[in-house]
Amino acid sequence: MSLTKANSLRGGPDERGRFGIFGGRFVAETLMPLVLDLDQAYKDAKADPAFQAEIEYMQRDYVGRESPLYFAERLTEHLREKAAASGGEGGAKIYFKRDELNHTGSHKINNCLGQILLAKRMGKTRIIAETGAGQHGVATATVCARFGLPCVVYMGTTDIERQKPNVFRMKLLGAEVIPVTSGTGTLKDAMNEALRDWVTNVESTYYLIGTVAGPHPYPAMVRDFQSVIGEETKRQMMEREGRLPDSVVACIGGGSNAMGLFHPFLDDPSVKIYGVEAAGRGIETGEHCASLKGGSPGVLHGNRTYLLQDEDGQIKDGHSISAGLDYPGIGPEHAWLHESGRAEYVSATDKEALEAFQLCSRLEGIIPALEPAHALAFVTKIAPTLPRDHLMVMNMCGRGDKDVFAVADHLGVTL
Amino acid sequence: MTTRLDKRFAQLKQIGRAGFVTFITAGDPDFDTTLGILKGLPGAGADVIELGMPFTDPMADGPSIQASSQRALRNGASMKKTLELVRRFRESDNETPIVLMGYYNPIYHMGVETFLGRAIEAGVDGLIVVDLPPEEDDELCVPAMKAGLNFIRLATPTTDDKRLPAVLANTSGFVYYVSITGITGSASPQARNVEAAVKRIKGHTDLPVAVGFGIKTPEQAAEIARAADGAVVGSAIVDAIAREIGEDGKVRNGAVERVLEFVGKLAAGVHAARAAAAE
Repeated sequence: MSLTKANSLRGGPDERGRFGIFGGRFVAETLMPLVLDLDQAYKDAKADPAFQAEIEYMQRDYVGRESPLYFAERLTEHLREKAAASGGEGGAKIYFKRDELNHTGSHKINNCLGQILLAKRMGKTRIIAETGAGQHGVATATVCARFGLPCVVYMGTTDIERQKPNVFRMKLLGAEVIPVTSGTGTLKDAMNEALRDWVTNVESTYYLIGTVAGPHPYPAMVRDFQSVIGEETKRQMMEREGRLPDSVVACIGGGSNAMGLFHPFLDDPSVKIYGVEAAGRGIETGEHCASLKGGSPGVLHGNRTYLLQDEDGQIKDGHSISAGLDYPGIGPEHAWLHESGRAEYVSATDKEALEAFQLCSRLEGIIPALEPAHALAFVTKIAPTLPRDHLMVMNMCGRGDKDVFAVADHLGVTL
Repeated sequence: MTTRLDKRFAQLKQIGRAGFVTFITAGDPDFDTTLGILKGLPGAGADVIELGMPFTDPMADGPSIQASSQRALRNGASMKKTLELVRRFRESDNETPIVLMGYYNPIYHMGVETFLGRAIEAGVDGLIVVDLPPEEDDELCVPAMKAGLNFIRLATPTTDDKRLPAVLANTSGFVYYVSITGITGSASPQARNVEAAVKRIKGHTDLPVAVGFGIKTPEQAAEIARAADGAVVGSAIVDAIAREIGEDGKVRNGAVERVLEFVGKLAAGVHAARAAAAE
C-alpha cells in the first residue's frame, strides 16, 4: 500500500526488513514473535489517524515543534571570509535545523514520543532503553515520566563517567540507570545488555531503541518518527528561499538524526546528502567510529550493516570524543544509501569536532553537542568551496550542555 | 542422509535413556585446555558436544558464557582455531557428534560457503546459530542442510503453536528447547513446564527434543532427562572451567581432570534418570 513511486528511494525496507542486502531480523527465537508483533502493531498505528494526531499534539505542546530553520549568518560570513582569504569567491549559505531546541535538548525525543505511544497502545508496562551519550536515555526517561511507565536505562560505565549530568537527569526523571561493565562499557555493550533484559522480560517489556538500527521494524520505524526533521526542513526552506536546499548535512553514530533529515529528500536528486561519521583520532589510526569508511558488512544487534570488525568477524571497539557517535555499526538504510551512492559519507576527527564546537559557540551563540559538532566540522571544510547561492542545511541535532565538562577536560580547563 | 547426530539419538532411544549434551566454549581459557576437555568429554559421559564459537557480543548469553568468550578471545581464539579443535578431536573420536554453537557474524565474515566447507572437512555435524531465526533461513540454514550439516533450531516458550511449524520446518538433528525466556545460565526451569513444552513440540515433529538453559546440578539434569530426549548443560560446566583459572590467570594443574569429574557427575544424573524413575 506504499504511495511512493515505483522507482522511489523512499519505499524501503521490503517485507523482510531489507534495504538491499542490509537490515533484516537477526534475533534470537525468543524475541522473534515480539518483533513480528511490533511490526504489526506499528503498521496498524501508522494507519490510524488518532495515533498520528496524538503524536502531532505532543510534538507541538510538549516537545516544542516545529523547530526553527535558522540562517547561521555569522558562520556563513566567517566561512566566506575564509574562502576570500584563499582567493575564492564562494561560501555556501548555511542554515541550522534547530533540533537542539527540542525539549530534552536533542532530536531523540521525536523518536521516543512515537515509540512510547506505540508501547502504550500495545499494553506494555515497562520500558527499557540503551544509551550512549545519555541523550536517548534522558529522552526515554522523560516520556516514561510523562506517561507514567517504569523505565530502565542501560548505560556503559565509560559513558556514565563522561556524561555525568545526563545520568543525574535520568535519575531525576525517575529512571533506573544500570551500569554496563562488559566490553568497553560503551553503547554497543549497553545495547547487548538491553537485549538480554528484553529476552528475559518478553511479556511486559517494550524495548525503546534509540537509533535507526536493530531488527526490522526498528530502523524504518525510528526513521519515520525522525522524518519530521526533514519534512519541516523542506517546508521551511520553500518558505524562506522558495526552493529546495542544495545540500543537507548530519552527523552519524547509529544515524537517526541523519536518517530523519535525509529521508524526505531521497527522491530530490538535486539535493546532495552528506553523512558525517566520527573519525576519532583519525581513520588511519584505527581508533574511530567510522563504520562505512573503516568497516565492512556484518551482522550485529539484529541487522546486517557496516561494522567495525577484525579479520575473524569479532566486533571492534570504536573511539570517539562523542559518546553519542561511539558505536561500531550504523543504521542499515545508511549502509544501503552508501552503496547505492545516493548519499555521500565523510568523516571528522575529534580535533576537528572540538574546533567546530568552539567556533559555533563564539560565532553563533549556540553551544552544539559534540555530535553535531562533527557535522559542523565538515560544513566548515566544504562550505568555502561552494558558491554563495548554495543552500546548505546542517542538522543541529543536540545542544552541548551535557558536553561542557568533557570539553573543558579536553581543553585542559579545570572547572 | 544419516548423520552422527541421527545415529546417536537413535542409539539412545534404543537403550531407553536421555542424551547428555555438554557445552564448552572453544579456546576457553586456551586451546590446549579446551582440547583436553573435549577429548575427555565422551569418556565422562557426554553424548553430544556443543562447542561454542567465541564472539565479542554474545547477546543471548548470561555472564558465565560471556566471560568464557572473552577469556577465549583474549587468548587468541578464532574460527580457524575452533575448527582446528574439532579436527584434532576427530583424530580419536569418529562417533560423538559435535555441534558448533554461536552467532552469525564470524561465520558471515568468513563467508558461508568457505565456512561450511571447512566445518565439514573438520568433522562438524551440526550448527546452532542463535541470531538466525527461520525468517533468515536462506542465509545459512538452507546452504548448511544442502551441504549435509544438521541445523538445530531453538524453540522457546514464546514460540507458539502457530509459529512452531515454521521453526521446525528446516530443523534437523534435534530440537533445542530453551526452557526459559532469558539468557543462558539464568533461572532454572520448572520440570512440569518442561514436560508440557516437550509434549507440545513432539506434537509437531518426530525429532528428538533436548532441553537447556539454567540446568546447573545433577539433580536438575536428571529431572529434565526424565521429560526430554536430552539435557543440555552449559554455564555450569563453563563455571567449573572458570574456577580452574588462578589469580595469575593461568590454568591450575589437574584442571581438565577436575572439570571432567564434574561433567561425570552431571552425566550420571542424566544417565540414571529414567532407571530411577522406573524403579
